[in-house]
Amino acid sequence: MILNEAFRKKIGLAEMLKGGVIMDVTNAEQALIAEKAGAVAVMALIKVPSDIRKEGGVARMSPITCIREIQATVSIPVMAKARIGHFAEAQVLEALKVDFIDESEVLTPADDENHIDKHPFNVPFVCGCRNLGEALRRIGEGAAMIRTKGESGTGNVVEAVRHMRTIIREMRQLSVMAHDELMVAAKHHQAPFELIEYCHKFGKLPVPNFSAGGIATPADAALMMQLGAETVFVGSGIYKSPDPVNFAKAIVKATLNYKDPVKVLEACEELPDGMPGLDIRQIKSEELMAGRGW
Amino acid sequence: MAGKGKLFGVLALQGDFEKHQHSLESAGARQCEVRNLDDLKRVDALVIPGGESTTMLRLMDYYDLFEPLKAFGAEKPIFGTCAGAILMARGVSSPAQKSLDVMDIDVERNAYGRQVDSRIIELESSVGNVEAVFIRAPIIRRTGPEVEVLASYLGDAVLVKQGKHLAATFHPELTDDIRVHKLFMDLVGE
Repeated sequence: MILNEAFRKKIGLAEMLKGGVIMDVTNAEQALIAEKAGAVAVMALIKVPSDIRKEGGVARMSPITCIREIQATVSIPVMAKARIGHFAEAQVLEALKVDFIDESEVLTPADDENHIDKHPFNVPFVCGCRNLGEALRRIGEGAAMIRTKGESGTGNVVEAVRHMRTIIREMRQLSVMAHDELMVAAKHHQAPFELIEYCHKFGKLPVPNFSAGGIATPADAALMMQLGAETVFVGSGIYKSPDPVNFAKAIVKATLNYKDPVKVLEACEELPDGMPGLDIRQIKSEELMAGRGW
Repeated sequence: MAGKGKLFGVLALQGDFEKHQHSLESAGARQCEVRNLDDLKRVDALVIPGGESTTMLRLMDYYDLFEPLKAFGAEKPIFGTCAGAILMARGVSSPAQKSLDVMDIDVERNAYGRQVDSRIIELESSVGNVEAVFIRAPIIRRTGPEVEVLASYLGDAVLVKQGKHLAATFHPELTDDIRVHKLFMDLVGE
């Protein structure tokens, strides 16, 4: 069965990261700010997505010295990004004992057909998705955490909302189907049958479902949590704001208190202006990150 | 569950609090989330879930919950798993951080290593053999004279009791087995 012991252990760490904020960091100094602000984990990457978007070129795994410094600086889990399909980068990150690997569309894909076969690794993986089928394919490959992709580095939450609504809607539809309709559903979603069956039975994914890509304000974080995200990833917003410490704290406050509009209001008031946003429709289709992977 | 019986709060600042809520429900307890002081005042006993102890500690500080939780522990039962056990300890190392000091134990954080060193084992305990899930788990390095050890792994205490408090370095909430939660409910009483 898919939920064997090794896989449950990986899902276990994902469970510990629920109800919080995971922050993108590019160096130890930013990691310290994130930890102080109340992040549940940090994500090491070479540049924040808005800079990757601006500067172009090939975005790869972070420099090792940088990840080591981050590991030495904070006691919360340290995640790091590997390119889609780049299993050797993932092996290096595992040898480095990072706590989680994000096989991420934010970096330049290394394989335009295949994702990493994640079950053989001891370290857990998180992967992005835009819909239920994509989520279940990644889980089938061994992802122990799913995050909706959104569109990173834009400061625009519309894609994150679209992907979260899609996945929740598709799951709801599965849960009301008759059992003899599930194989067709598996065909439609291009997803493993036993995972389709799991969603049908339990009405949720077998792994935690987080949200990423374009979350730029406390209200954005509260929105994604109310739509069904179990934790939010925040990237470019924090260090593109004039006051990263208070920005990070405000996001954490809104995420914790997402059901309490008065507290979200307080978080909004404590916040300087958010990062400038991009209209998704004005981004060339080949520059969209969410389309990477399948 | 509405109605009578003790109300169990689950600290929901962050972590696997939903799993604890599910375990408590399955064991027949009345339960609710605790996110602020008002919630805390309503409950008869508290569960501090697994998660990131550093993060929970900061959030307790930011939202003025640290002292009230300490005072709660001096009067009412607390059950902590993993990060919860760290927060309940008297002393915390690796790195050192403050704690609620509701149990006379000293704890070393992430003592088995990083995530790749997490494990699931069969554990003998006072409630029978249980499946114990260790995730970036701490080790209890010292137990005081009033602390009763209910289970050990590799020579270290992993499930301990003191008065009405209970602490586990593993995660019973990540299994369908509700015996450890039942044990806490028995400590809390009717």
